[in-house]
Amino acid sequence: MCLGVPARITEIRDEGPLRMGSVDFGGVSREVCLDWVPQAGVGDHVLVHAGFAIGVIDEAEAQQTLRLLAELAAASAAEDRDREARQRPGAEPPS
Amino acid sequence: MKYMDEFRDPTLVQAVIAELWRTAVRPHVIMEICGGQTHAIVRSGLDRLLPPGLTLAHGPGCPVCVTPLETLDQAMAIACRPDVIFTSYGDMLRVPGSDGDLFGVRARGGDVRVVYSPLDAVRLAQENPARQVVFFAIGFETTAPANATSVVQARRLGLRNFTILASQVCVPGAMRAILSSPDNRVEAFLAAGHVCTVMGWREYTPIAREHGVPIVVTGFEPLDIARGILLAVKQLEAGRAEVENAYERVVTEPGNPGAQTAVREVFRVGDRVWRGLGVIPDGGLHLRDEWSEFDAAKRFDVSRVKPVESPICIAGEILKGLRLPADCPAFDDPCTPDHPLGATMVSAEGTCNAYHRYGRGREETE
Ligand code: SF4
Repeated sequence: MCLGVPARITEIRDEGPLRMGSVDFGGVSREVCLDWVPQAGVGDHVLVHAGFAIGVIDEAEAQQTLRLLAELAAASAAEDRDREARQRPGAEPPS
Repeated sequence: MKYMDEFRDPTLVQAVIAELWRTAVRPHVIMEICGGQTHAIVRSGLDRLLPPGLTLAHGPGCPVCVTPLETLDQAMAIACRPDVIFTSYGDMLRVPGSDGDLFGVRARGGDVRVVYSPLDAVRLAQENPARQVVFFAIGFETTAPANATSVVQARRLGLRNFTILASQVCVPGAMRAILSSPDNRVEAFLAAGHVCTVMGWREYTPIAREHGVPIVVTGFEPLDIARGILLAVKQLEAGRAEVENAYERVVTEPGNPGAQTAVREVFRVGDRVWRGLGVIPDGGLHLRDEWSEFDAAKRFDVSRVKPVESPICIAGEILKGLRLPADCPAFDDPCTPDHPLGATMVSAEGTCNAYHRYGRGREETE
């Protein structure tokens, strides 16, 4: 129930007491309330829950997280290669 | 879908798991509070990739599961009335009450409708001035702002035929209750990312400090969850107990101020019954007196409701993270999502449902 689904804002309608708009969930369009994401504009991604945008998705933070994890993956792959190299017969240092 | 697929990348998940194996030295128990995360964990099989000694305990973060039986029975009593259109989030319809469920009420002619948003329920009230529209306002902090906005909107529109039956619960009280229980084994929490999207994480700082537990704000994709576990284990191994944010793309420290204002306007914090857990101090929200005209439990006579819990179901123990579905004699037979005996088998966030759906039968978890 606490499902929050990322969606892209395609239209904002500021008339009426609630700031409403349309968002696109990868091809499916839906009317949602944008009252609590006043900083978000058309093209921005928001997190939608029960017909309300509850937060804006920060693209820079998303990229930063993925970069961090890619570095971790690269380091881990390098470590695996080292270990394999050490374990290969003949690769041991002479004792 | 953007912001979902990238956070499912198996190579990156594998790298985080590898790092977890390098980091985890001692055994630990980490609880993911949110049932949405439980489902993601069981679906992706993340729990089977963990280093030995690292256990995930599944928490009570399933709104449908913790809605008190009494409230559910009240819902059915109200939904039976011929003058009422009863509206609810879909999951709630199949939850067994003391005597049947809301689907049964509908089958007997009750006007029970599923809505996607509380604003849809308000619209129904506008379109049906001769009927009473009642919205079953259940949920955690994630949903509280939307539920609150329904009554604000109803007042703006001058609607006299709209009320809500509220069961709003809040996570921090439940965390404290779990940590204070004598049989607690939880050493760290993954905090629910979407609760924190609304509330931020400031209220967790005193819990982390007072109970000495790391709390990591965590998202819902496999990569988010693996990373949340890794950060929690790093803290445990280093002897730290801090609040950390592993869902940076969505969650900020103060949370969403507009959504919080909506909640505060309509609700006040107070003690709340959580089904399976009992009364939790400051465990939920109640309509403020100024909004009591929108309280369905006051508008309709629900005094005859006498809740009777199933004698078999051990959902309470499961919600506390003390037992697993396989410990229940009714798991998979006769209790299934089509014929549930307890709420944890119904909901897409319930642990029994996740274990059933992803084939974690008895033999597997033993
Ligand atoms: S399997 Fe069914 S009866 Fe057993 S604890 Fe889960 S919901 Fe309750």
